[in-house]
Amino acid sequence: MTEPLLCVRDLRVGFVTETGRVQAADGVSFDVAPGEVLAIVGESGSGKSVTAQTIIGLTRSPNSRIAGSVRLRGAELIDAGDDELRKVRGEQIGMVFQDPMTSFNPVYRVGRQIVEAVRAHRRDIGNSEAREIAVEMLDSVGIPDPAQRIDDYPHEFSGGMRQRAMIAMALALEPELLIADEPTTALDVTVQAQILALLERLNRERGLATILITHDLGVVAEVADRVLVMYAGRVVEQGTLDEIFYDPQHPYTWGLLGSLTRIDRDRPERLPQISGAPPSLQSLPQGCPFRPRCPHEFDRCPELPGLDARLAEAPAHLDRCWLEPEEKRELRQVEGQIGLEAPK
Amino acid sequence: MSVDGPKSDDIGDIQTHRPELLLEVADLVKHFPVKRGLVFDREVDQVRAVDGVSFSVARGETLGLVGESGSGKSTLARTVLQLLEPSSGSVRFEGREIAGLSRRAMRPLRREMQMVFQDPYASLNPRKRVGQIVGEPLLLQGVARGAALRREVQELLARVGLAAEHYDRFPHEFSGGQRQRIGIARAIALRPKLIVADEPVSALDVSIRAQIVNLLADLQEELELTYIFVAHDIGIVRHVSDRIAVMHEGKIVEEGPADQVCDQPRDAYTKQLLAAVPIPDPREARSRRRAVRPS
Repeated sequence: MTEPLLCVRDLRVGFVTETGRVQAADGVSFDVAPGEVLAIVGESGSGKSVTAQTIIGLTRSPNSRIAGSVRLRGAELIDAGDDELRKVRGEQIGMVFQDPMTSFNPVYRVGRQIVEAVRAHRRDIGNSEAREIAVEMLDSVGIPDPAQRIDDYPHEFSGGMRQRAMIAMALALEPELLIADEPTTALDVTVQAQILALLERLNRERGLATILITHDLGVVAEVADRVLVMYAGRVVEQGTLDEIFYDPQHPYTWGLLGSLTRIDRDRPERLPQISGAPPSLQSLPQGCPFRPRCPHEFDRCPELPGLDARLAEAPAHLDRCWLEPEEKRELRQVEGQIGLEAPK
Repeated sequence: MSVDGPKSDDIGDIQTHRPELLLEVADLVKHFPVKRGLVFDREVDQVRAVDGVSFSVARGETLGLVGESGSGKSTLARTVLQLLEPSSGSVRFEGREIAGLSRRAMRPLRREMQMVFQDPYASLNPRKRVGQIVGEPLLLQGVARGAALRREVQELLARVGLAAEHYDRFPHEFSGGQRQRIGIARAIALRPKLIVADEPVSALDVSIRAQIVNLLADLQEELELTYIFVAHDIGIVRHVSDRIAVMHEGKIVEEGPADQVCDQPRDAYTKQLLAAVPIPDPREARSRRRAVRPS
């Protein structure tokens, strides 16, 4: 692996609420190399968005408690000043959010917002030059007629175009890292395919590193190099794309893989499901947080397993489950496929 | 069934109408006017949200209605249920024409057809207790009241996988999946024949979706329900549907048995839609990418 661009170590994000403290992310560690796509997969409350937002300081508030380390090319961001962080955002790290409707200011033209973003960071660039950059960026993300469309208002763009324009704005200052939080969730599948192809091209051509936050394992399979699976604020499994899909070690990952509907295979009579619901972060079970929903629970589970390498042949494939790897390979076989348990 | 109104022309219908069909929709059109002008609105154009759609649904089957945003699938669902007034066309429910019926004439028929909505956070009144929400249709239609109503509602809650003690709770105390169960309990309260589910799982977490899909399948069997399942996710639609209709720009571009539509699509748009669905299998995804982009 090349020298990591981003190094996250033991990141902890807690929030003080009226009813007590909530640990939204607990001990999250990972690296992102240049040109690499890291997918963070999880459901609501898993801590995936909080982790991403904390990297660029968006969770800083009087009620948040942040600890750990986030280093970008060796520079610590966790305790960086607001001015310094503002420079990092945009210039080194771009961010794209889920909802392209609310990410633009509706009363300003699209182009002006990109120009403003560029000039906020680069005082040496004049208005007309910034406008040229904006046109160029819109063109590179596939907006037709960029020189004309740059003067449109956000509502004159379709959802897919708005998300492209959002990516254009995030990339206008040529950051090295893009954080994309559910960038295609609000889009139609045909538009999603175009956005994913665009992200893939940017990775290949510009060596852009990407942290892709999503709940959709189909999207992960299409674009990710490595995968982090989060549950209840913790990483429960991490590995390469193929390790996660073809040799998954954590029962939660089995459940996610097993409950997918596939159009390229015969459909099962009933969809395999994960019973119960994700736990409330305010009343986590003792030990493994997935324990109440896991059919393979046994007497070691009340003790929290560490995120460790348990496979001799794959030292970078980590998981938090006490079961023996041999046992896991047997248990996860459900009706000839990977799954948590046979559908009831 | 307690449908009142003129019975005279029903007799003619029964002879010509295939008895296994619960719903027949023919040439259904819903146009919305586009108006301009400050004081006097002029109709300058029309949005053809549903533009001449015909399909039928047999008793006990699930018709999947799939399409992207703006395809008109939700408008079609609402127009079929007469929640929107059709511009023209025919909707026959058990052989009886319901398009253009007055609200009053529709009221007894409302028991027969119910809807499950996408957003379980927006579709439940936050000020009402779960028992009131689920029991309201029973109360309004005069089916039950008092202790009998409470009993009935508790049975409904049990049927959708909730507990009797949830009766006095408020919607905000529930997770998304549980709220969707409440919405389903409300929809089945009057023992309808037809349920239109508009994106019933797309707002839910991945691990919860399968639970709701399986619940809907169980209820279909127990209560002999007929479903129209509206969604943009063709994977889910294929799983739940006997037949699939693909909507694009207000029209049904392809309709047929679920496996046939997904495995051997004929229409160009259906093919495009299927090709865009991500395959959750890295090796398959890689080989498909190579096939699409030979470089």
